[in-house]
Amino acid sequence: MRLYAAVAVSGFRRYATYRVATAAGVFTNTVFGFVIAYTFVALWDERPHLGGYDQSQALTFVWVSQGLLAAAALLGGGFQEELQERIRTGDIAVDLYRPADLQLWWLAADLGRAAFHLLGRGAVPVAVGALAFELSLPADPLRWLAFLLSALLGVVVGFALRFLVALCAFWLLDGQGVNMISALMCMFFSGMLLPLTVFPGLFGEIARLLPWAAMLQVPVDVLLGTHSGTGLARALGFQVLWAALLLGAGRALQSLATRKVVVQGG
Amino acid sequence: MADALARARSVSGGLRAYGLIVAMWVRSTMAYRASFLMTTAGNFAASVLDFVAIMIMFSHIDRLGGFTLPEIALLYGATSTSLGLADLALGNMDRVGRRVRDGTFDILLVRPAPVVAQVAADRFALRRLGRVSQGLLVLGWGVARADVAWTPAKALFTAVTVIAGAGIFAAVFIAGAAFQFWAADASEVQNSFTYGGSTMLQYPPAVFARELVRGATFVVPLAFVNWIPVLRMLGRDDPLGLPGWVDFCGPGVALAMLTAAGLLWRVGLRNYRSTGS
Repeated sequence: MRLYAAVAVSGFRRYATYRVATAAGVFTNTVFGFVIAYTFVALWDERPHLGGYDQSQALTFVWVSQGLLAAAALLGGGFQEELQERIRTGDIAVDLYRPADLQLWWLAADLGRAAFHLLGRGAVPVAVGALAFELSLPADPLRWLAFLLSALLGVVVGFALRFLVALCAFWLLDGQGVNMISALMCMFFSGMLLPLTVFPGLFGEIARLLPWAAMLQVPVDVLLGTHSGTGLARALGFQVLWAALLLGAGRALQSLATRKVVVQGG
Repeated sequence: MADALARARSVSGGLRAYGLIVAMWVRSTMAYRASFLMTTAGNFAASVLDFVAIMIMFSHIDRLGGFTLPEIALLYGATSTSLGLADLALGNMDRVGRRVRDGTFDILLVRPAPVVAQVAADRFALRRLGRVSQGLLVLGWGVARADVAWTPAKALFTAVTVIAGAGIFAAVFIAGAAFQFWAADASEVQNSFTYGGSTMLQYPPAVFARELVRGATFVVPLAFVNWIPVLRMLGRDDPLGLPGWVDFCGPGVALAMLTAAGLLWRVGLRNYRSTGS
């Protein structure tokens, strides 16, 4: 446990090193926030209460999703390219030799990264959004606590998905294709382009049950107070379920992969 | 005369070097054919989903910012194709910062080919044709469905607009790369102007605050990529009330921006100090 805590701390510090890159990322998230916010204003002007949100809730959705974008690695990235590169070059053999579990090691590192990204890349866009637009951010500290828990679960689900994607490199060697498809599914089905509650009919109902919904839609809904009481428990349970399922699948794929691993180069 | 001849020779040499490096990367991409097919399909699908989100919006509304869906498709198709072309030609210029940081930029300086050609062709990604083809499809659909009386002159105007738009985005890519000589880690800033700018241009200018539209016209003139020309095609006035001849300034703006970005790149290159590692 101490080992994984140390890995998480070093993950945090590793990303904290690049201050200019962080500032550049914050700038980009803020610009995107403004662009999307204006289109949402126009959309909710035409159709108030679209997707069950009023305009200020829709705008909160925009800015919180820009804030969570880096932490939940909604556009991919984080660790999976690095792990794939280690698989491709054969460095993975060294990792498998270590007296640490592969999946837990990378999970700890990714949680450290996410913690930094939540603070370093999340706070400023949300603050700018709150200054420029009327957002409905809760005053209740318990709601914020529930949001943090939900966001953490979202990060774990995201990690579990990307770990599965990363392990595909054992068979494909070059991970670019699967990375792209995974990023794509995440972009669309997390609610980053458009809240999933706006998706029509059965398509929307299915989209809200997929694991990507646990990464953004659920945490934002928790912050907006859409879920309360047993609804909140159900929302968090939904995230826990996906996290457990996907981490389990990752574990199974890992043992399958390591049983067949042939290290290139020798 | 001799000066002009030397310049022409260096330009053609640069293009030749660019072509050779591009061909090399295409061959290397084809080594992992499954990945190439997946990434190209993915690149196409990424842009498709982008437009699907707009279609979902229009399942709830008829007009956004005074534009119908086919009219938005004109905006979307034009900017997506322009950005796709610029991204295909020199989308990896944002790797300059990484090369400066790890010292591999020095290798480019000692090779007998123009640095800008080498940087532009670096890791050339043929998969980016995916975005271009999706942009063209949406543009074609918009052209077929929007309420515009098409003439050969208007068709030519559309083609010129798309190419000029690619030039404008190309200038942003080059300026962004030049900026990385000073701030090696800041490659993400240029995404605000390329991808962020293109996202903004997908929607009608009436959606955005006036200052933002003004900024996109006079500061970073992205409005010439599609806003101003498409409004002209649809026979509508632009929100800033600019004179009519401005509508035809796209190619001029693109040339001016490319020149300025080229100068910025030269200044950046001249100021480059190796990390020495």
